[in-house]
Parts: sequence; C-alpha cells; structure tokens
Amino acid sequence: MTFEELEQIAEAVRAENAKFDHEINVCMGTGCLSQHSDKLRDELTKAVSAAGKKAFVRRTGCMGLCAAGPLVLVDPEEILYQHVKASDAEAVAASLGGEPIAALQCDLREHFDQQVHVVLENSGHIDPEKIDDYIARDGYQALVKALTEMSPNDVIQQITESGLRGRGGGGYPTGLKWGTVAKAGGDLKYVICNGDEGDPGAFMDRSVLESDPQRVLEGMSIAAYAVGASKGYVYVRAEYPLAVARFTNCLRDARRRGLLGNNICNTPFNFDVEIRLGAGAFVCGEETALIASIEGKRGQPKPRPPYPAVSGLWGKPTLINNVETFANIAPIIRKGGKWFAGMGSERSKGTKVFALTGKITNTGLVEVPMGIKLRDIIEGIGGGVPDGHTFKAVQTGGPSGGCLPAELLDIGVSYDALVKVGAMMGSGGMIVMDDTSCMVNVARFFIEFCMTESCGKCIPCRAGTAQMHTLLTRICNGSGTMADLDLLVDLCATVKETSLCGLGQTAPNPVLSTLKYFRNEYIDHIVHKRCPAGVCNIDTSAAAQNPLEVLA
Amino acid sequence: MSTGAEVKTLIIDGHEVSARAGQTILEVAREHNIDIPTLCHLDGLSDVGACRLCVVEIKGNNKLFPACVTTVFEGMEVTTVTERLQKHRKTILELLFAERNHICSVCVSNGHCELQTLGQQQGVTHVPLPYRNPELPVDASHERFTLDHNRCILCTRCVRVCAEIEGAHIWDVMGRGIDSMIISDLHQPWGESACTRCGKCVQVCPTGALFDKSKVGADHPKYPEFLPWLNLMREAQ
Repeated sequence: MTFEELEQIAEAVRAENAKFDHEINVCMGTGCLSQHSDKLRDELTKAVSAAGKKAFVRRTGCMGLCAAGPLVLVDPEEILYQHVKASDAEAVAASLGGEPIAALQCDLREHFDQQVHVVLENSGHIDPEKIDDYIARDGYQALVKALTEMSPNDVIQQITESGLRGRGGGGYPTGLKWGTVAKAGGDLKYVICNGDEGDPGAFMDRSVLESDPQRVLEGMSIAAYAVGASKGYVYVRAEYPLAVARFTNCLRDARRRGLLGNNICNTPFNFDVEIRLGAGAFVCGEETALIASIEGKRGQPKPRPPYPAVSGLWGKPTLINNVETFANIAPIIRKGGKWFAGMGSERSKGTKVFALTGKITNTGLVEVPMGIKLRDIIEGIGGGVPDGHTFKAVQTGGPSGGCLPAELLDIGVSYDALVKVGAMMGSGGMIVMDDTSCMVNVARFFIEFCMTESCGKCIPCRAGTAQMHTLLTRICNGSGTMADLDLLVDLCATVKETSLCGLGQTAPNPVLSTLKYFRNEYIDHIVHKRCPAGVCNIDTSAAAQNPLEVLA
Repeated sequence: MSTGAEVKTLIIDGHEVSARAGQTILEVAREHNIDIPTLCHLDGLSDVGACRLCVVEIKGNNKLFPACVTTVFEGMEVTTVTERLQKHRKTILELLFAERNHICSVCVSNGHCELQTLGQQQGVTHVPLPYRNPELPVDASHERFTLDHNRCILCTRCVRVCAEIEGAHIWDVMGRGIDSMIISDLHQPWGESACTRCGKCVQVCPTGALFDKSKVGADHPKYPEFLPWLNLMREAQ
C-alpha cells in the first residue's frame, strides 16, 4: 500500500458517493440500535427508491447525542433529525431536496459547536464496517507515512511532542511509555489495546470501537512499528458484542487490504492483531490483571515493578494503551505533534471524550478540548439538569473518581486539576446528579461496586471495601453512629494507602469526596435520622436499636 | 563493571546495611535482624504482595511499599516502624479478624498461629469493626487433613506451595472479592481431588485453616521452615 493506492481507493469512494444527490447517515451505535435504527435504515432504503430519489443510505457509528436517538443526518445539507421512527422514513425520503421536516429537526447548535472532534472525527460520517470509507477520510495515511517516511524514533518523538497522556485514566505520558517499551530488549514485544471499559456510566471506548474501529487499529499498528512489536491484542469486554463484531470485521478488511499481516506497505514491518474477550471483571482494566487474563489466568493484579513495559505479556516487553489513546495516534502522525499540543491546557493536551449520563438533558458522547470548564460541559453542551431540578454534583472517573459540587464547576477539566479536588479524569465517564440524589447513597453504590469487583487478592481492598459497605449501609438505614463515621474515615485511609492495585487505592475516593463536599448529608443521616434527598429508607425503629455487638 | 554481584548500601531504620542488587527490602531487613511483619510471604515461595502487612516507607516518596516485593536501590532510606505504618498494620489485622470466624479458644492452632501472634505483636486488643460472621463450610473429606474455611485468610501459601514446590496445583482461588474461597481441583471435595497427600499445604498454612486430623485440640505446631531446606536440597542435586 502506498499513498497513491490510498488515493485511488479514496477517489473510488468519492466517485461512488458523487452518483447520489444526498447521503442519509443513520446512526447505528448501540444506543440508537436499541431503538431499532436498523429497521429505520431498511425502511429508509425502501422509501428512497420508492420515491425515486438519488440518495444513499449509510449505516454509521455514534453521532453523540444519544438522548435524541435514533439520529439521522442528511448530507450535504447537514440536516440532523432526532427521534426518527421507521414510520417517518417516507417523510424523510420525500423531503430530500426540499424543505426539512421541522417536527423532526434537531437544533442543538450549542451542543455541537463547542465540541472539537479529533477522536470522533469520523464517527457518524463513515460506515464502520467499510475500510474504504475510512481511507476516503484520510485513513491509513498516518501508517503509510510512519512506515515509509519516519523512523520508529521519529514516531515516538512526535508522540512525545504532542503531549498526549494515557486516556485510560492514569494520564501517564504516552510518548514516555512508548520510549520505554522501544528501549526494552528482546525480539518479541506485544502491543495491547485496553478496551475493558468497566466504569458505570462510561461508554466512550465502546463507541469508538463501534464507530471507527480502523482508527484504533491504525493507532496500534503505528505503536507496534514505533516500539518494535509484531503482535497485538485487543482486549474487549464480551458485553460489547457490536464492538467485537465490528472490530473482527475491521481486522479482516485490513488484512485484505494488506494493512495488517506480513510486510505491511512493502516494508519489513509485520504486525497482526487478535481479539481477546474479557468476561466482565472491572479489575481486568488494570494492566497487570488484563495481562493475566489474556494469558488465560485468573484476572488479578501483580505488584509493579516489574512494569509491563519491561516484563508484560508472557514476560515480554508490552505496551498497553487505552482505546482512546490509540484513536488519537493517527491524527497526531498525520498533522504533527505540534498541532495536537496546540489544543488543551498546559499539562493536558488535546481533546477528551466524555460520556455524559445521569440527570442531564443531552445524554451522550461529547468530545471537548482539555481545560474546558466543567460548567461548559454540563450546562452548555450537556444542556443542564432537566425537569426543573437543581444540579447537585457531578461524578467523574467512575468508581475511582469523586463527586464534585456546584462550587467546583468552574475548574478546568485536566488530569491534575481533577486529582487536586479529589476526583480523577478516569476513562471519561461523567455522571450528573440533581437534588433527588442522596450523596451517602451514591457513595454506598460506588463502594458496593468496588466491593463486588474487588479481585480478593489483597486484604485492604477485599475486606476493607466490604466493611466500608457495611458501615455506609448502616448510615443509610439510619442505624449509623458518629463512631461508625470515624471508623469509615480510618478505613478509607488504610484502603487508599495500602491496597495493591489502582482499583483498591482509588476505591475510597467516592466516600472521601462526598465526605469532603457533602458532610452535612452524612450528619443528617446519623444525627437527625433523615435523608435530605428522600432516597434512603430510614427505619426509625431500627435506628433506635443498638447495633448488634459481638464479643471476640 | 565488576563481575560479581553488585553491592548496594542503604539505610533501614537508621542502620546502615549492605545488600546484593536484586534483593528485596524484606530479605535485607531480616538478614540484619530487623523484623517486618508478614503473613503471605514465606521463605521458599514466590511473593505475591497480597497481605500488605510488610508495607514500609521510603524516604522521598509518600507512597507505601511492600517490603517483600520491593527491591533495594543505592542510598535508599527505609523506615519500617512509624505511627502511620503501625496504624495500617493494625487495621489490616482487624479486617482479617472481622472477615471470617477466627475464634482462637477453639482453634487447633491456638498458641502457634501466625495471625494470633501478629495480633499480639501489633497490639490488637479488640476489633472495632463489625464482625461479618459468614457461614462457611468445613471440608473434612480428606483422609488425613481438614480445611476449615472459617479460619482461612486467603494468603494463598497453600496454592503456591502446591503449585510451585509439590507441582500438583490442586489448590486455587474461586470467586471474587469478599466471596473468594480456596478450592481443591475444580471445586471438588479435597478427599476426591488429585491431592498427593504430601501435607506441605498444612505445614505452610499460617492459621488453623489447614490442619492434620490426627492432632487434637490446640496441639498442632507447624514447621514451615522445612521449605527453604527442601529447596536447598533440590538445588544441590
């Protein structure tokens, strides 16, 4: 494959598309599919040919605004229709070339205009199961450029210059990680893509894999070239069947086009990728546990060092990056590290995809430059809290993150700023809560998640989260005491400081952050025996009894 | 470059000590009679860093490091006893005592139990946490030994000794988090498993979870010291 061949493919796709007057893009991400957008597409295809219009109906990946699904985007007019049902197909077909249907039209300029799409640039515009569509939008230019014009060291230089940091949550500088693996000895190295997205309320990685799988694969191939790896694994949760199917298809197409396999682009570079399905354990998102899982072992973390960069999969140097990190690679190589470093804040460069969920009007996927204020994401792009309720907190970073109150909405979103206030970037889940949420109950929910998802290897996480859950349950049902609260705080410190892996070390964050910003709610439950949000079922008779005492 | 093992010098609790490169803090500390409490570590087995009792502080880093898996570096300053560490160690022991049903007075290992000894050393006088009192089974299907899950602390010494030393690997861990359990084979009764009846797991078990049926009451000393000796003899062959 050369630049000329890529251009030929792109030209062929453009020529094919030019035969039509209109392109009707139907979102077929998981969200819209659950509302039968597949049926809608079939109906649209029929309606278009029945109406005799020269229009092409295309299946695409996620368009982002999941709350308004199923979504249909008509190009070149750029008309976006929301909540389109199969019965609307004829009306849509009839309106082509004429006036748009006002009743269906989605007018959310504010939602889209504040976003900057890098990772999601192709989402909603290409058919995720057609490699040619991807190539027509500059796909694989970066891989060909890297293989034919750049040395592995040049690639790492560009990534380092871009300031890209790991999008899985930790924020480790990607260039530094690549450099470490590249310098590690040994002729066999591995590249792993971590698609084990397990945070409640997060679906960024799933959407990227479903909407633009080739971009992730291209990122992996460039990484493999840079670090000298010849084999890659994509670790995806089995709960993401659509992502798995589309990625399987993506691998097959790339092999057919000679973009995966032996002697890629007529260079000595060989690289092949296999998919590994995760059985749905949250801890397998931790890199050492993920490696154990790929090796067929029990998914539990190992102490680091040795880091995977030195001794990873089957003891070989291994590069592990998140789906979104790999999705950022191709544009960086194509446009240069400087371009990427021009976006974002001082120490967090580029853009970040967030999954907005919870009590928010525009539920869905957004991509924003780093450094944007939380308020702009929630009130601007997200459209604020619906139904006249007031905003109470936003939970970022999943079970490892924290709940931030309204006072902190003006902080800029970056790795360091979020850690400073007791939350974290995480993989990018953002759960908005309004005045109907009880923060003690929220903390209990996340601790329950960590308790059931703990692997059970180290004592602080295994027994500590279980004890924290017991104490929080007491507080929620009104039988908690101030002594329980002190015990909870002590446990948080031990679990945070002594746990083996990141899951345990960050498990107390939801409790600590709610205690920091919403302590009065804890006091209300314990002292006044009432739940301000009216969520917890406080049994006053149970509260009157002393908790059961057991003598040792 | 010297051809022999590289020597590192470091400070543990104010004592200047020397070590070979690649040694762990725990090894070096024990060579110099500095005691660091451990539970999952056993000389002769691989380390998993699971019990977190051996955490120590290293100057210049706010994080805590498990001594059993952290290797020494030149100029390292290690502190093994501080108020913060003692508090965490005590909490970890309390978590263990509250996790399952550890009732010393009716245990075969009373008086020679590593968990009990550590509790005494670290000053655990009572457990402020709510006891979980889980209902757990006892597997007495083996002709010589018994597994009492109530006393198990999931240190996985039995799993490691069976897999690494005996080579049978009949033990493993089932389930997740607080529901984790030691199982034999694919969760079959111990007596019906492929157990070779060597008894190594019983000797290395730090509590009374694995015990010999022929021992009565609290008369069950264990001799985990056999393990380094066994490894030494094997290497000599």
